[in-house]
Amino acid sequence: MKDLLSRSLQLTVIFLVVGGVLALALGGYFSSASSGFTGGLVSVQTWIATRGQALQDFLTAPRDIVTLRTRNAELESEVSQLQAQVIELQQRVNETEILAALVDFSRSNPQNTYKAASVIGRDPSPFLHYIIINRGSNDGIRRGMPVVTNQGLVGRVDATIADASRVQLLSDPASAVNVHLQNADTDAVLLGSVTGDISLDMISQDAHIDPGDLILTSGLGGGYPADLIVGQVVTTRKVDYELFQQATVQSAVDFSRLEIVLVITNFRPVDVSPLSPTPSP
Amino acid sequence: MRNLIALPLLGLAVILQSAVVSQITLLSGYADLLLIMLAAWALQPQVDSAWHWAFLASILIAFVTRLPWPVVVAGYFAVVFLAQILQRRVWQAPLLAMFSVTFLGTLFMQLMSFGVLNLLGTPLRLSDVLSSIVLPSLLLNLLFAIPIYAFMRDLARWVYPGEEFE
Repeated sequence: MKDLLSRSLQLTVIFLVVGGVLALALGGYFSSASSGFTGGLVSVQTWIATRGQALQDFLTAPRDIVTLRTRNAELESEVSQLQAQVIELQQRVNETEILAALVDFSRSNPQNTYKAASVIGRDPSPFLHYIIINRGSNDGIRRGMPVVTNQGLVGRVDATIADASRVQLLSDPASAVNVHLQNADTDAVLLGSVTGDISLDMISQDAHIDPGDLILTSGLGGGYPADLIVGQVVTTRKVDYELFQQATVQSAVDFSRLEIVLVITNFRPVDVSPLSPTPSP
Repeated sequence: MRNLIALPLLGLAVILQSAVVSQITLLSGYADLLLIMLAAWALQPQVDSAWHWAFLASILIAFVTRLPWPVVVAGYFAVVFLAQILQRRVWQAPLLAMFSVTFLGTLFMQLMSFGVLNLLGTPLRLSDVLSSIVLPSLLLNLLFAIPIYAFMRDLARWVYPGEEFE
């Protein structure tokens, strides 16, 4: 009985002490000691929580990487497909624009009939300026037919096979076209060169030509129809003691960027060589 | 029988030459894929069909180009002839031989083209031809020479298995 009373008294004293300490702590009397204790506790919990999170990341990350890699591959594949689609569509837009321009050109020149052809190659020799198109004798293409774009004259058909033709460009060094200078109302000969530049020769010394003058085919010689746009005069060269003037020409057509051309199929070149005077013996 | 690879390979080379290589210009010059291929093929020690390849290449290219066919034939056969002479003399330095054949073959082909076209009435000035065509083409041919030589060497090992001359 005495022991029981003694333990109850001890317990009561302990509770009173603990309660008193708590009351003092809650009352703010132990603030410096409690802040040190809670600070340590928070630090320990932070350390454990950080390591625990890292461990969780370590355990779950591989699965996420695999998922992300798969998704990334899918998206990359989709992007590639879309890029290819964009390029294809862009190409079609370009082709459509070219074809639309060619259709406008053919409508504005209804006197001619045209056959559209794609440029599929160039002459393997750098000395010669020829292109190869994907229309041949099966499509009614014949040697000598003029080839144009909506911008102007390109050249003429030099040779054909069943499904392809070779076209001599105006810039070919062997090309010579009779042209008419519209403003000066005079005729000249347009010559190609090995560098791809084109120039005018045989311009009368009396003619007054200016940079920017428009050059059209004259139709003389029967090799080309008249009034096809060729280009513009850039500079002129006139020397008093020479028989003719010369001029450099900016072609209406960019020969290095030809993609689609029109062959004028209702034009038949005239061979005037039998009419040329031959030296008498 | 594996030599028949020449037909599709040279055919493809002609198409590439016409459609792609001739668009890659330096001034007005561009590389001659077939000439380099023939030079590289003829320089392989185990190859005994270089003349046949030259003949085939001449036919194929003459079909496409406006250049008179004797020029093409003479040019390609000259390249093979040159390659075979050099192959016997500088066999220890195949790349040097390759560069030499490419250089001399290109020069021969271009100058012959110039001469023949001039004879046929095409007005060409030598200074323009040298600066705009011959020198740029030479440079491009020499650039293409190394990869094409490596390719033709591997091809020769496939066409002539077990005939290593290294």
